[in-house]
Amino acid sequence: MMAMLSAFQSRHKLIAPMDLNSKLASHLQTIPRSGIRDFFELVIGRDDVISLGVGEPDFVTPWPIREAAMRSLDRGETSYTSNLGLLSLREKISEYVETFFNVPYRGSDEVLITVGVSEALDLALRALVNPGDEVIYHEPCYVSYSPSIVMSHGVAVGVATKKEDGFSLKPEALAAVITSRTKIVMLNFPTNPTGAVASREDLEGIARLCIEHDLIVISDEIYSELRYDEEEHLSIAALPGMRERTILLHGFSKAFAMTGFRLGYACAPTVLIEAMMKIHQYGILCAPITSQAAALEALTGGEDLYLSMKESYHQRRDFLVERFNEMGIDCHCPGGAFYVFPDISKFGLSSKDFAIGLLESEQVAAVPGDAFGESGEGFLRCCYATGMDDLKSAMDSIERYIGTL
Amino acid sequence: MNDLLNLLRRDARRSAGELAAQLSLNEADVEAQIAEWEKDGTIRGYQAMIDPALEEGDDVTAFIEVRMTPERGGGFDRIARRIAHFDQVTSCYLSSGGFDLLVVVKGRDLLSVAAFVSEKLSTIEGVISTATHFRLKSYKENGFLFGDDGDVERLPVSP
Repeated sequence: MMAMLSAFQSRHKLIAPMDLNSKLASHLQTIPRSGIRDFFELVIGRDDVISLGVGEPDFVTPWPIREAAMRSLDRGETSYTSNLGLLSLREKISEYVETFFNVPYRGSDEVLITVGVSEALDLALRALVNPGDEVIYHEPCYVSYSPSIVMSHGVAVGVATKKEDGFSLKPEALAAVITSRTKIVMLNFPTNPTGAVASREDLEGIARLCIEHDLIVISDEIYSELRYDEEEHLSIAALPGMRERTILLHGFSKAFAMTGFRLGYACAPTVLIEAMMKIHQYGILCAPITSQAAALEALTGGEDLYLSMKESYHQRRDFLVERFNEMGIDCHCPGGAFYVFPDISKFGLSSKDFAIGLLESEQVAAVPGDAFGESGEGFLRCCYATGMDDLKSAMDSIERYIGTL
Repeated sequence: MNDLLNLLRRDARRSAGELAAQLSLNEADVEAQIAEWEKDGTIRGYQAMIDPALEEGDDVTAFIEVRMTPERGGGFDRIARRIAHFDQVTSCYLSSGGFDLLVVVKGRDLLSVAAFVSEKLSTIEGVISTATHFRLKSYKENGFLFGDDGDVERLPVSP
């Protein structure tokens, strides 16, 4: 018996541990850990924290939408849908996009329903990028942009946007990074994390460059309903000559507070939708039918379903911008989304140290700006999708905190 | 100013300063408007919304349908006001349909509500009949849902 055991042990020792790291795809290893995830780990498990660190609405999905999802389940709608998504939903999306963005797309073959805008973005990049192609995006930006480009074997080219420009992408700044290898420009207005919006003039300048250099635009307009100051959203796809070269991405997560439903869509000319669908059909097959039923109800109810949430965001934005500037922290007034991006550089701390200090001393969580790209250093992303009482005490805490610096 | 009333309806304990900040109004204007409403009776008072399932004690609530004979000249008003005056009556509405008044009555126990109905309510001249329904459980009152599952878990930091 003992002999058997020692034979086993010695055999076991002979097996060298496998080096799993060496097996990982090399392009994946170049992608750094997400700054959001680092910060998340500092906050998780603490229940005394007021968080301005979320990237989703604090509202639960409006009741009629939830009820529609339940009704769909009651009816036994539990099967796959067409790869593109339910035709009824695609047609409704086509109608909505034409009214809201002023761009016509055929529901039959120019709309693809995806698992959130995140999937749509990934599909668009994978459908277009050859190894070495350059993809330009503006920074600070949503955390997935640069990694998604790298995962599709493209070269990520970030352009910093500036506080002085309201974090809009200036055509001159874009022109400076266009090369013969540039294939795509990615846009996101209103922007996570800055809340920036792009003026018609900027968008026209960007459009001119894209036409001149024959570039494709991937425009993530997930926050487009959340525009304040009575300004209307303008999509680059609506500008002359742009529909044919733009993939317009939108979804239900933000305006309709449907993040957990994971539902987005892409609108583009048939050739591009077909190419994206090729990847989507093998990877995902189709977006969940329950979420599609819920989304149909969201578009049927339209603005009435999100107007009161939008009004709350508007009030909270005004409150935060005023409070930050009042306490001497320079905060530009963002035209959309639900983030403000105050400039904390004058305190001489890195964004990360500032955020950690704030968390430790005042139990307020806000995400360090550098999590959204190098040009976010010196800033803090504060999400105002949080109740007014919490916002108020968070602002008091921040004021106390900067008094100690 | 309807926005201000709606905010107060949801939470009347907010300070004028908070209300003003939310509505982008001037704090003094908000204070003055509320004072005016209190004076002219637009705002009758302020109450707490209490979940009856969690409240201590075992008061009972009944919804009573009352059928009445209208009076020449005054219709239902005189009798309705008379009924509304009783302390036991917490709400009283004139209603269309199969009955005339919906009266909400609160009492210590079933017997005290029954006594109120048989001795006070049904004996009022002009009252033809009553039908009493006892409340078993409250699901929603004045816009407040009761017995929900509580807060949904939400990530403290997300992209």
